[in-house]
Amino acid sequence: MAGIDHAPPPFFKRGPAPLALLTFYIAVSLAIFVLDLRFKSLELLRQSIALVIDPVQRVAQTPGSLVDYAASYLQGLRALQLENGELKHNQLTTAPNLQRLAQLEVENERLRKLLAVKEREKANGQVTQILYTARDPFSRKVIVDKGQQAGIVAGQPAIDEAGVVGQVTRVFPFSAEITLITDKDQVVPVQVVRSGQRSVVFGLGNGQLELRYMPANADIQIGDVLVTSGLDGIYLAGFPVAKVVNIERDSAYSFARIFCVPIAGVENFGEVMVLDPRKALPPAPPESSGRPGSSDKPSLRKKKKTAGKEH
Amino acid sequence: MQPTFSSSRILLPVRPWFIFFSLITAALLNFLPTAHWPGMPDWIALVLCFWSVREFRKVGMGWGFALGLLMDVADGAVLGQHCFAYVILAYTAASLSRRILWFPLVQQALQIMPLLLAAQVLQALMRLAVGADFPGWGYFVGPMIATLLWIPATFILLLPQYRPVEQDPNRPI
Repeated sequence: MAGIDHAPPPFFKRGPAPLALLTFYIAVSLAIFVLDLRFKSLELLRQSIALVIDPVQRVAQTPGSLVDYAASYLQGLRALQLENGELKHNQLTTAPNLQRLAQLEVENERLRKLLAVKEREKANGQVTQILYTARDPFSRKVIVDKGQQAGIVAGQPAIDEAGVVGQVTRVFPFSAEITLITDKDQVVPVQVVRSGQRSVVFGLGNGQLELRYMPANADIQIGDVLVTSGLDGIYLAGFPVAKVVNIERDSAYSFARIFCVPIAGVENFGEVMVLDPRKALPPAPPESSGRPGSSDKPSLRKKKKTAGKEH
Repeated sequence: MQPTFSSSRILLPVRPWFIFFSLITAALLNFLPTAHWPGMPDWIALVLCFWSVREFRKVGMGWGFALGLLMDVADGAVLGQHCFAYVILAYTAASLSRRILWFPLVQQALQIMPLLLAAQVLQALMRLAVGADFPGWGYFVGPMIATLLWIPATFILLLPQYRPVEQDPNRPI
């Protein structure tokens, strides 16, 4: 009976059983999925992998950009002349406003000083080139060519020549990821230009935005322009965000469904400007029970919280 | 090893560097801007599936996990999404390999389709479960195209292993 209770000699090294390996890898995958999604604690791992992949991805994008370059080169004199004429015309039409802008700004500043109102923050930023859109089909993000090396931090807003494009959500050493305002549940605090009403606009994920939590009888019309309200400490006030295109009022619900389209060329390639982060807002006043009359306050605070979530 | 188990043709052993090279090429193909075109297959899934079927002792779940991590970062997806799908793909492909290789190529492709589709569906389910937006049915066309590509992929990836048909044993070196 000798030898039966001995393990067979290790002729073939086989490692752990496949099922054990599968269980291990599935557990690790699910663990990093939850860690990345809920706790955002794997940014260092992501950055280090991105450092290796980033140059490869840029090289892989070159054929496409070469084709684009060739196309624009071959576009011809005629198209360029047309565009040039159009731009000159546009410049002339905006000239009356622009020429007085400097004077208006000075005047505004002086008046604000007279009124002892805090000065308006100036918008500064750096121009970045969109390298490519992120391939993840479940979200709407683009990658731009400046990152930590250029001093970009997560949370900075990005605009183009027409309005707000999105917000920097991840920063890599040489690139940064901008989540577009049309991404699902991306939030921008806005103000209706016509009525001055404040609200928050949410991305829907299909290229549209929705103005949520507006009462069914709210003063909103098709064609209303929404600009950033500046209440969040992220976006400066006054940048155009979206235009209302469709309103569904159903008396069964207490809120109207208001759909908007972005004003900026959110889904286009090109250049965007990443604005510098805003100065920190003064700390919120402590919760006081002595002012029950201010009905605007709670909703305000809620907006701040939702807007800061992406930060 | 033979091209299929019913074939009488004997292949040369696979070279490890060629497996590595083909997987890296697949990753590069995934990085190309064409990945935005509708119905583009996931090249890594296809090549990984191919090697998991043919050489499951050399390419397995470890490779699937590493490549998945690579794709997650490159795509800007949630980490772990591709890892999970690729690991399951590699496991099922390896466990079915002894059956799949008995069939001719077209029928192999038919058996591969559910695996590739499952990898895509798993990713979609993971993201939808945590509140992402439905990406549209075009997202599931990629695996179908990849299934059709199984036949040319088999030819190309086995190319370095074929011996010349006309062999002369008395050939001077």
